[in-house]
Amino acid sequence: MLLYVIRRLVSGLVLAVLVTLITFLLLAPSFDGIVSNRIGIGVTSEAVRALKADMGLDRPVLVQYLDWLSDAVRGDLGVSFFSGEAVGHTVGQHLGVTLSIVVVTLLLTVAVSVTLGVLAASRGGAVDRITQAASLTGHLVPNLLIAIALVYLLAIRLKLLPATGFTPVTEDPAAWARSITIPVIALLVASVAGLTAQVRGTMIDELRKDYVRTLRTRGISTRAVVLRHALRNAAGPALTVLSFEFVALLGGALIVEKVFAIPGFGSYAFDASLQGDVPVIMGITLFAVLLVVTINLAVDLVNGWLNPKARIF
Amino acid sequence: MTAETPTGRPDPRRRRSTAHKLLRDPQAVVTAGLLLFIVAMGLLAPLLASHGPNESSLDHIDAGIGTPDYPLGGDHSGRDIWARLLHSINTSVVSALIGASIALIVGVAAGLVGGYYDRARSATEWTFSLVMTFPGLLLLIVLMPLTGGDFRITMAIFGVLLSPGIYRIVRNQVVGVKNELFVDAARVSGLTDRRILARHVLFAVRGPVIIATAFLCGSSIGVQAGLAFLGVGPATVPSFGSMAAEGFQNLYIAPLQVVWPSLVLGTMTASLVLLGNALRDTLEGATRRPSKVAALKAAKASAVDDASSALLVVQDLAIAYPTPSGELNEVVSGVDLRLEAGETLGLVGESGSGKTQTAFAVLGVLPPEAVITRGSIRLDGRELLGLKESELRGLRGRTIAYIPQEPMSNLDPSATVGSQLVEGLRAASGVSRQEARERVLALLARVGIPDPEHTFGSYPHQISGGMAQRVLIAGAVACRPVLLIADEPTTALDVTVQAEILDLLRDLQEEMGMAVLLVTHNFGVVADICDRIAVMRDGRVVETGTSLEIFREARHPYTRMLLDSVLDEETVRTDPPAAASPMAAVAESAGKEK
Repeated sequence: MLLYVIRRLVSGLVLAVLVTLITFLLLAPSFDGIVSNRIGIGVTSEAVRALKADMGLDRPVLVQYLDWLSDAVRGDLGVSFFSGEAVGHTVGQHLGVTLSIVVVTLLLTVAVSVTLGVLAASRGGAVDRITQAASLTGHLVPNLLIAIALVYLLAIRLKLLPATGFTPVTEDPAAWARSITIPVIALLVASVAGLTAQVRGTMIDELRKDYVRTLRTRGISTRAVVLRHALRNAAGPALTVLSFEFVALLGGALIVEKVFAIPGFGSYAFDASLQGDVPVIMGITLFAVLLVVTINLAVDLVNGWLNPKARIF
Repeated sequence: MTAETPTGRPDPRRRRSTAHKLLRDPQAVVTAGLLLFIVAMGLLAPLLASHGPNESSLDHIDAGIGTPDYPLGGDHSGRDIWARLLHSINTSVVSALIGASIALIVGVAAGLVGGYYDRARSATEWTFSLVMTFPGLLLLIVLMPLTGGDFRITMAIFGVLLSPGIYRIVRNQVVGVKNELFVDAARVSGLTDRRILARHVLFAVRGPVIIATAFLCGSSIGVQAGLAFLGVGPATVPSFGSMAAEGFQNLYIAPLQVVWPSLVLGTMTASLVLLGNALRDTLEGATRRPSKVAALKAAKASAVDDASSALLVVQDLAIAYPTPSGELNEVVSGVDLRLEAGETLGLVGESGSGKTQTAFAVLGVLPPEAVITRGSIRLDGRELLGLKESELRGLRGRTIAYIPQEPMSNLDPSATVGSQLVEGLRAASGVSRQEARERVLALLARVGIPDPEHTFGSYPHQISGGMAQRVLIAGAVACRPVLLIADEPTTALDVTVQAEILDLLRDLQEEMGMAVLLVTHNFGVVADICDRIAVMRDGRVVETGTSLEIFREARHPYTRMLLDSVLDEETVRTDPPAAASPMAAVAESAGKEK
């Protein structure tokens, strides 16, 4: 088990190196533009070259990357080209903001989707039709439109909630909850739609399996068979979908963060990208990959616990 | 998952009817029509609008609806909203085409290679799981310095990010199709791998790929709009996203400005999703439908004439399944059975003769779509049809018990053997956890499991089929039922194990004095263990009698035919149950009769 986790972590690190290398190589052609962007218009090419040398961007790309990598290994992600702040610190800060939204969204997604999916699969009839219609609607309407509609309705029309802005949870939990309510709902719609469809589908398949009938013939209640046996068997695939939704949410939060002016990971990445702030972009990429690797590892471990056949320890 | 994999066998008749069905499906026709209409509007944009998308006029800033030449008014920069809307359609269509075609090209090509050539698979698997770890939108953002925000390049990258989904579909289909006989035949007849891939395999995967394409287009359009909303890319490219963003800024002054792009964008993505769903229903058959897990609502028990004291009396039982066209198709039509306490009755017949359906009806565990159209099932004088699930639950395990046919699929794969048995025992008898555990251990020893402690803690996949069947027998007899229904309890087992299991059943029956309803197609088994025999064919009992009578002089020709076949076949069925007759197919689709 320990060996397995170590092996997975090592392969995750390899992945992080690969992804950051690819990102760096892809960014390299635009270094010139970044430099002139920073220095402003109407400067001699002489000055541009001097600044480029000063920033170390004139060296061979691979040398620059290895330089960045060796610093990163030592925990130093450099400083932003533009704000001069330490990248590691600011990325962490913004990631915290986004995670506080994404984690709440995921927890609610699980609660809503499992309830709806199980009810739809085991009851059928009206519950199922409502669930399917709801899940379809979630697929149909782009995230962006839901966010706009919610701001208009809840914040502008009904004035129930703040339209934009963010309060960190450490500052004022109540204000935090209010500030993330609309963003969370906007994100929730799509992720609930996806997971509910998955839970419903696998639950229908599970409930048709032979063991369900056999357990029933032993006098075990339908409820226990559904919740203790079928749901547990259906949980594995659902968890995998959930991990995909997590990754999607990391990026998907971006639009919501922009609409609601939340200083999150996505909008931070967006601004850094617009400016061509290479150290920040690299830091963001690294954090994102490590996060995804961790999530996937966690999902595999939980899957192993759920499904004895997939157990690797 | 048990979903059957589409075989993808070329069937010209099905193809024609697919196009037909699509044309008759209102959802497909309406959504496809709507999309075509929108695309046509986009193509005709220069003719339909009197201004260019970026032409601004100071006189028309925030102009209202119906301003001459500005049907939907002007935006905050004085541009024609109608013209911008039409040109935005083109941006969306181009995004969809680029995103979807890149995803299809990359995904299909890699899927064919990875699925067909085993050696290439680990490389493709690795690559695509790598692609899947990228947070998509974030990557598009991060690479903005590279793309310069050009939506066409961005969409091409997005296409690559979408390709793992297509890759998986194609790879799975190809792996499934590769070993089909028609591909083997093509190989034997000398076709090269490349021709086989192009002609046969590609043909087989077209269905799921067509469906996925609709969704690919939808997400491409959504992502392009999202990025434009954020302000990625030059402002001169008209897009629903940038229109929505401008309208959003202007929300307090002219709320309608955000509505128009949202409306068209929403219509396009919604149509694509709905079209994809319609395609899925038509190409892959109807969607899975759930149904309440509970006792059936049966017709009111009808027969009452028999006042005998037999333990189980089944009279005129008829079970039907709805066909796709809505009619009822009877799989059991008027079965009469009678079983005395302590007696063993063999219910014999071929696959699809309705024996398992009859057994399930007695247990009250018929699949939910089944309909009991008439008849009566009485246990100890009490009518079972029409009982509530909770009332039936009180009988199950304690009074009636069940041994299934296929040992492995009848154990929950993710619960230990012991915990499943303990749960059943506690549900039926209400003993404490500790006592249940001890009784289960004793039972496991009783049914001949060598190391009960070890098996108790094992998962089903860790024990053999013979062991699993013993476990299931232990589970069935745990509460000393009065009636044991055994559905082909030996069919799935090796010949040597079969005899042991039959011996065990006979011993347990003597020990506990149970009545046994033994469902089987095998006269060898019947001769071994049964007092009386009922022969079923096409949903009816054609002959009943004591074993001795039937073996000595069977009256019904069908019984004689079955008896004769025993001599040829010995006692083992080696072929898998085939869904040969239409009736068997119906029962099969109900997923029950084996």
